Amino acid sequence: MSSNKVTSTEVEKVVIKFAGDSGDGMQLTGTQFTGTSALLGNDLATFPDYPAEIRAPQGTVAGVSGFQVHIGGTDIHTPGDYADVLVAMNAAALKANLKWIKSSKTIIVDTDSFKKKDLQKAGWESNPLEDSTLDAYKVIKAPITSMTKEALKDLGLDAKTMARSKNMFTLGMVYWMFSRPCEHTIKFLNDKFGKKLPLVAEANIKALRAGRNYASTIEAIPNQITITGSQSLEKGTYKNVMGNAATAWGILAASAKSGRDVFLGSYPITPATEILQEIAKHKHFGAKAFQAEDEIAGIASTIGASFAGSLPVTTTSGPGLALKGEALGLAVMTELPLVVVNVQRGGPSTGLPTKTEQSDLMQALYGRNGESPVAVIAASSPADCFDYSFEASKIALEHMTPVVLLTDGYLGNGSAPWKITKMDELPDINPPIVKEGTENWEPYSRDAERLARTWALPGTPGLEHRIGGLEKDGKTGNVSYVPENHQSMTEAREAKIEKIADYLPELQVEGAQEGDLLVIGWGGTKGSMLTSVREMVGEGKSIGLAHFNYINPLQKNVKEILGRYKKIVVAELNLGQFANYLRMSFPEFEYKQYNKVQGLPFTTIELKDAFNKILNEN
Amino acid sequence: METTKVKYTFKDFSSDQEVKWCPGCGDYAILSAVQKALPEMDVKKEDFVFISGIGCSSRFPYYMDTYGFHGIHGRGLAIATGTKLANPNLSVWQITGDGDAMAIGGNHFIHAVRRNVDLNVILFNNEIYGLTKGQFSPTTKLGMKTKTSPEGQIQNPFNPGELVMGSKGRFFARVMDKNPKHMKEVFIQAEKFKGTSVVEALTNCVIFNDKVHDQFTQKDHQDDMLFLEHGKPMLFGKNKEYGLMLHGFKLIKVKLGENHVTIDDILVHDAHVEETGLGMMLVNAGMGDGLPRVFGVIRSVQEDTFEERMQAQVDNVRETSKFANLDELFASGETWEIE
Ligand SMILES: Cc1ncc(C[n+]2csc(CCOP(=O)(O)OP(=O)(O)O)c2C)c(N)n1
Ligand code: SF4
Repeated sequence: MSSNKVTSTEVEKVVIKFAGDSGDGMQLTGTQFTGTSALLGNDLATFPDYPAEIRAPQGTVAGVSGFQVHIGGTDIHTPGDYADVLVAMNAAALKANLKWIKSSKTIIVDTDSFKKKDLQKAGWESNPLEDSTLDAYKVIKAPITSMTKEALKDLGLDAKTMARSKNMFTLGMVYWMFSRPCEHTIKFLNDKFGKKLPLVAEANIKALRAGRNYASTIEAIPNQITITGSQSLEKGTYKNVMGNAATAWGILAASAKSGRDVFLGSYPITPATEILQEIAKHKHFGAKAFQAEDEIAGIASTIGASFAGSLPVTTTSGPGLALKGEALGLAVMTELPLVVVNVQRGGPSTGLPTKTEQSDLMQALYGRNGESPVAVIAASSPADCFDYSFEASKIALEHMTPVVLLTDGYLGNGSAPWKITKMDELPDINPPIVKEGTENWEPYSRDAERLARTWALPGTPGLEHRIGGLEKDGKTGNVSYVPENHQSMTEAREAKIEKIADYLPELQVEGAQEGDLLVIGWGGTKGSMLTSVREMVGEGKSIGLAHFNYINPLQKNVKEILGRYKKIVVAELNLGQFANYLRMSFPEFEYKQYNKVQGLPFTTIELKDAFNKILNEN
Repeated sequence: METTKVKYTFKDFSSDQEVKWCPGCGDYAILSAVQKALPEMDVKKEDFVFISGIGCSSRFPYYMDTYGFHGIHGRGLAIATGTKLANPNLSVWQITGDGDAMAIGGNHFIHAVRRNVDLNVILFNNEIYGLTKGQFSPTTKLGMKTKTSPEGQIQNPFNPGELVMGSKGRFFARVMDKNPKHMKEVFIQAEKFKGTSVVEALTNCVIFNDKVHDQFTQKDHQDDMLFLEHGKPMLFGKNKEYGLMLHGFKLIKVKLGENHVTIDDILVHDAHVEETGLGMMLVNAGMGDGLPRVFGVIRSVQEDTFEERMQAQVDNVRETSKFANLDELFASGETWEIE
């Protein structure tokens, strides 16, 4: 074992993955490590990786739950491609994650969970701890379960309860390894269990300390890795947020800024459910969370609430958006505000519910009958889910239109530091509500600038009117089958969406502002794209990144940017939906593609490979 | 207190839009009964909202000079739910057909009924699809020939009242296009009721299902119609000579004076009983069992509405929440400074 002995090292960034059975408490271990690191001032990004089955058979690969965290002093934009340290609490966790660890790096295993039965369940033919499977790695073999029991034997707990603290024992080991203090987690355990279950708190704290002590005693553990690198985040107060919570908070902020109560009509679906759950907690901020009987009732109730004057939001994921299609068309026709949040997951059909993908773009843009334009925007990090749900609400309310906000499972469940936004830093939102006493008001006449119709709320005397899904006369709003009216209304609805571009900031390019290669991405892939491009710029390549948050309409300077590069490549987690959209919008350019559909995010390594290849092609 | 109360007439509720139902369609009678009922309700004109799905009957909101929303097929009740929850001051009316409410909207219907938001639903039951020109609906009787059942309809029909009872609905009434006065009275009662009130209106589609309700709606069939009144014995017939009695677990039709039956033997209608058993029998009466079809308010059982319960929770959270404003919420939990 002494060959593994490592002395103090300095690294700029490190990726750690905690993996175990779903019952092993890996999410908690991961979030505790993250929280402690954040308090030390590290930049970070995390990604939890849950099994699709709630209770997959114990000890099998299907039941492996993982939590990956990338920490560093600078510029962390992704949870990291490959792990520097893998914690595998059982044989299945090793099996599932071995290909995600960098060679020559560290694996910590609980040897107590590598018995014959464990190996069988995990599908190992022979014991990887004994054959040559792990030759390329530094393996730290620790009997974690038995040591945890040993440490807790005086507390009078049963064996099962004692074993449950093994995640804290492991966390203690990793804390030592990265010179992290235990205080934050001890406080957490005391707050969580202290009053009601003091014995549980005590056991966990004891296990945590025992793990740390164990790590400091054995020489096998690479001692005290220090994370260096200068802090790249802007000055300010930060907290760690998950994308879905940030989305919910952006909506609450928009509600306060617009004076419109939130109405969120929704139906649970992975990975979007947490937005509904978060809004449901904040009723006293005027937020009504309505869990409907299905997605259709979710959006339909929201449209009803929009008619009545709420900030109307419905949240869902792929299959749910499919169900909402018809009602979304109704919102287009009635020209009411509506925010539809689609947290994308792998498709088609129920697809890969817990995995990420970007393949609902065409559905968002076109998944309805008729000419049915809506605004489409996309968030690109867990933290900017706040900004873009605020922005989606602002556009919906001020331009009287449905807006589809695309996030994805990777953003929704992932977390990152968020510079806490103060309410007075946010712009006001001014919906075009018609005042009581307005004379000669017509439901479908438009303001000249935005081309939006105005919003008369039921309950206002004198403004009684009828709207609905049948084509409307361009002024009175009465049903009209006049052929020319349908054409002009179709064009007006399209023009209204185009007009939004007048209110958007310009698209910014990262890296080379002109040159050999423009890399294009959109939405949740920003972190890996940015990391790849920055690294390549550092290597002297002539490469720039245009990452899109606004999809329909596109920002006004897009065409001009596209013209500045010799080659363009669009990278996305689908088979080329945004590339095709750009081909339609700007057919004068040639677009290469890099596409991945594995339910996994991009790695920076594969992106760099792909971009280098394109740079080297003639 | 408001002292000057506007007195509306039915004209105040008629829009400038031409009513385009087929001449003779039963829907006209329902429209005019509603327009006559609204002035008698204690609601300001601007607070009425009519929301519908799709079907002939669902064109209704266009003919009303109130706020209105013509939705999509089957989903009107979900739209109405959102409108009412967003602004509980509104008097929200949902207009739907038997296809709209029972087929495509069936799921929304039962859930709306169990949820008990204060909505007023008028279900126009013509036992056919009118707008799509004559296909059978979920209320079309077994064996009936329609365009999509040329050999006769082979699915058992729904009875809307039974669905309401089965979903523990709090208010159910039945009216008919041929008796506008009664209709109007029942609409007023529905509006007064706090909670989801469902009024099934039997209406005649002259084009695709003419006379389907005639046995229960024509004046000369009075032996087949019973008009309920809360607290009154269940009597019917031209001279109120018939009544309903319970015999074991069944309702039976009896004649006063025959077999020693006196008025004291006749069931007295109690719309307020929590149990739905007798209500279930009353909504089902009249379908081939020799009993009359029952009209009027069959069930009216008050309970907290969904929005009242929601408001109670809001008040509670307001008192107990750690966060007085959003800035406090955003800054909660662990934070750190970067200098
Ligand atoms: C999604 C959808 N499916 C089908 C239709 C076609 N459709 C319109 S109305 C209707 C049935 C209407 O029947 P009912 O609700 O009984 O109303 P009525 O016309 O008899 O008043 C159907 C099938 C539609 N408009 N939308
Ligand atoms: S088709 Fe039938 S239901 Fe429709 S308007 Fe004509 S008569 Fe009335």
